[in-house]
Amino acid sequence: MKMSKFGAPEKLIVNGERLDGRGLKDFRPIELDAGNLKRALGSGLFNFGTTHAIAAVYGPRNLHPKWMQDPSRAVLRCTYTMAPFSTTERSRPGHSRRSTEISKVIKEALSQVIFFEEFPKAVIDVFIEIVQANASTRCAGLNAAAMALADAGIPMRDLVSCCSVGKIDGKIALDMAGLEDNFGDVDIAVATVGGTDKVVLLQLDGILSKEEFFEALDLAVDGCSKINDMQKKVLLEKYRGEEK
Amino acid sequence: MVELKTVKSELIAKERNIVSPGDVLAIGLDYLPGSGTYRAGQEIKSKYLGLVKIKDRLVIVVPLSGVYIPKSGDGIIAFIEDMQPTFWITNINSPYDAILQVGEAVSEYVEQGADISVYYDIGEVIYAKVLDVTRGKQVRLTMNDYKAKKLVGGRLLTITPSKVPRVIGKEGSMIEVIRSKTGTMLTVGQNGLVWLKGGYEGLAAKAVLMIEREAHTEGLTDRVTEFLENELAAAGLKPPAGEVKIIKKVKGDENE
Repeated sequence: MKMSKFGAPEKLIVNGERLDGRGLKDFRPIELDAGNLKRALGSGLFNFGTTHAIAAVYGPRNLHPKWMQDPSRAVLRCTYTMAPFSTTERSRPGHSRRSTEISKVIKEALSQVIFFEEFPKAVIDVFIEIVQANASTRCAGLNAAAMALADAGIPMRDLVSCCSVGKIDGKIALDMAGLEDNFGDVDIAVATVGGTDKVVLLQLDGILSKEEFFEALDLAVDGCSKINDMQKKVLLEKYRGEEK
Repeated sequence: MVELKTVKSELIAKERNIVSPGDVLAIGLDYLPGSGTYRAGQEIKSKYLGLVKIKDRLVIVVPLSGVYIPKSGDGIIAFIEDMQPTFWITNINSPYDAILQVGEAVSEYVEQGADISVYYDIGEVIYAKVLDVTRGKQVRLTMNDYKAKKLVGGRLLTITPSKVPRVIGKEGSMIEVIRSKTGTMLTVGQNGLVWLKGGYEGLAAKAVLMIEREAHTEGLTDRVTEFLENELAAAGLKPPAGEVKIIKKVKGDENE
């Protein structure tokens, strides 16, 4: 692989293959699991290749401070953080502008599916920790959080599934990996509800033509639907496997 | 838009199927969404990761996990956490606290300003009934029930509230199995707290945790009986003899 003097690869697509050997419409190897954190009410794990996210759900539980309580519905709090060792250069632990923004968009995406009115005055806490980051962390985090919510027995309309698409070397591709995210032209995170085309999160970074945008969106919706199938399969098999 | 009445009704999920949120359970208006489900257009979908139950036209999903949400009439185990001049505040293993007023707890006349800690003190555990729950989830308890009492001694276990009916068994069959094999008295609160006292408590606790782990499987009573017999044989113990009072079943048995 040839690199420029700034560490950027000269080409992101070589002979029709991406840097890690994938095709344009392939995911990195996906691993997912639910219920692996025993101290939390619900938990989920989601990996896109070397991007590893863990989510834990606590609640519904009593909300303090009391002024935050809503007498008609539950409140959702999402916290996205990256472990200091998750990146190549140590990231400062705790919150940053970036993590605050991602927490907010994840909260808004999950708010579309939870039946909050069943738990007035309560709070549902979702904690997402990125253990290892290699692009698409918000997607992995959101997928893990959706599974953690289902595992915690929170009433939901459907599962939220998320994946990223982007434009590298002028071509639309699925699931951005580290260098593609850093040196590609466009990065889009898309989340949908239940594998349908109902979009609950869409963040675009870069410049696309209208046609390219719709091509990317179709690819992302298709990818989310595949992830949704995997999420459901893992949740169901967790219990079916135990059945004798 | 398809006219709803023209859609042919069809049941997709089967009894005891495990479903995840958003799974379609039935199509059409001939089926009704019960608890744990919602209607989206023509379809009835699941709200939970849970087990499907079908009662005639009603489709229900029983969640496999989740917190306890109090309901009027439930028998629950509560911790006394705080005390005010005329009521106690209790933790009922739920997002909401419950209050127990003196009038609902004590049959005798209590002077104004009297110390109510002589009846129930902070740190004590009680079995009480939920008197009522308001829409804003203010919960009141009552001791005005034949099963209500202070729980002294023994040990407490926490299980998932939705699995309580399995611990009780059909008409109390599971409780009866544990009681006859270990001599332990079980009091099961609808809020997922189980109080064990007497006999081989440790063994009974193991059995309760086993039921919680395998609550979604069939033939559980037989497996628990086998498990207890094996454990007793391995430890060289005998099931305690003699008449032990059978604890009456708690509401919720019909969900078994």
